[in-house]
Amino acid sequence: MLKILKYSFYDLIRSRWSYVYFLFYLTLGFVLLFLNNDVSKAVITMMNVIIVLIPLIGTIFGVMYYYNSREFTELLLAQPVKRSSIFLGQFFGVAGSLTLSLILGLGIPFLLYGLMRSNAIFDFSLLLVTGAFLTFIFVGLSFLIAISNENKIKGFGYAVLLWLFLAVIYDGLFLMSLIVFEEYPLDTFSLIATALNPIDLSRILILLKLDISALLGYTGAIFKKFFGTQLGFVVSMAILLFWTIWPVLGLRYKANRKDF
Amino acid sequence: MTIEINNLHKKFGKNKVLKGVDLSIDQGRIYAILGPNGSGKTTLIKSILGMVIPEKGNISVLNSPIKKDWKYRKKIDYLPQIANFPPNIKVKELIRMIKDLRNSPSEEASLISLFGIQTFLDKKLSTLSGGTKQKVNIVLTFMFDSPLIILDEPTTGLDPKALICLKGLIQNEKAKGKTILITSHIMQFVEEMADEILYLLEGEIYFKGTVGILMEQTGQHDFEHAIAALTSTENHA
Repeated sequence: MLKILKYSFYDLIRSRWSYVYFLFYLTLGFVLLFLNNDVSKAVITMMNVIIVLIPLIGTIFGVMYYYNSREFTELLLAQPVKRSSIFLGQFFGVAGSLTLSLILGLGIPFLLYGLMRSNAIFDFSLLLVTGAFLTFIFVGLSFLIAISNENKIKGFGYAVLLWLFLAVIYDGLFLMSLIVFEEYPLDTFSLIATALNPIDLSRILILLKLDISALLGYTGAIFKKFFGTQLGFVVSMAILLFWTIWPVLGLRYKANRKDF
Repeated sequence: MTIEINNLHKKFGKNKVLKGVDLSIDQGRIYAILGPNGSGKTTLIKSILGMVIPEKGNISVLNSPIKKDWKYRKKIDYLPQIANFPPNIKVKELIRMIKDLRNSPSEEASLISLFGIQTFLDKKLSTLSGGTKQKVNIVLTFMFDSPLIILDEPTTGLDPKALICLKGLIQNEKAKGKTILITSHIMQFVEEMADEILYLLEGEIYFKGTVGILMEQTGQHDFEHAIAALTSTENHA
């Protein structure tokens, strides 16, 4: 698997799009730091951008890479390599190179700005950790969708729909249900509903770490009570980890049964 | 016995592609797998390679069953039908990579000069023409020394000179005692190369035997017509 990973990674970090993605974060980092002149605020703005963008890019890159390397995958399948190694290697190659672009792209401007001297280092590393999680989650989901759909257009459509659902529609449904059921106590419901969606969960995690939960009112207090604690943090990380692992297991399951 | 296949069944959706194929392939001969489009040639080859997972039946390669195994592919050199390589990688990097993956000794240098692709080694694969890609594909297949060689449409896109080189290569490998499976639609090529013909029709082995027996059985005088006659007798029956 490591060999496949190495080659996928190598192939990707030399592609133009990885540089575009890297340069985008680099520019974003520099621009925000110079406009805000405040690391904490820059982290918040950054969060708003990447919490939507990372899943989108992860989804599109994942689907595109899978379909584009189809013939190459067939070449590998005829080699003495384990099936699951091929797909897992490609998955880690894509997710790894995207994560690298993210970490370098955002890390360099922050380091130059003097992150180490500010106390925002924890917020910032949390941003990068959730960013890495989201990358792995959405690349995994998109690989799973791509391997389950022979038809490129369908696969691409489903993947984008999934992103749209988790990034936009889910929030809409969530808000609507809050309004419809406003008569009932919704604390636990909103906690669970937030925790189930990796995008919402990441957002809440970062917001709460930034100590602006007071802005969220009563709900903020409840969230703070749960996610702000050690236990809440561990549970959230466990959920993110779960979201990272199950698509990979699904990918392995599908890979071992598919005809090429 | 190089390959032994028993009662192999495979369907894609409702389409039954292989319906109980029984086959044994002996060592040191060249077999041509022929049949009309959609008769299951590629599915059969891919089943042997483990790329297609059959519903029923057993396949053994070099006396060991292939189910859930992948190491046996080290003993097979496979030339896929359409060679589409990762676009960002250079030819020599691809060669190095396949060598790295297989981890076996290889002799690519002589093959590279034989097909005259030295000048392309530093080019990215996306810039190569179809024929040149096929030459790279052939180099990748023949550079290892495996007892079984499977070629799916090896002549695609080759110029006459490269075709002669390819024929020489195949004969050479046969002389070393290797077993070779070829699919092709170029009957002249098949007639020249094959020791034995396997004719697949509607998911079953419809004919197995030498070119001479085929001619005799169909009462035809040239190979191309004999193959065509095989198909039409089925239609009358």
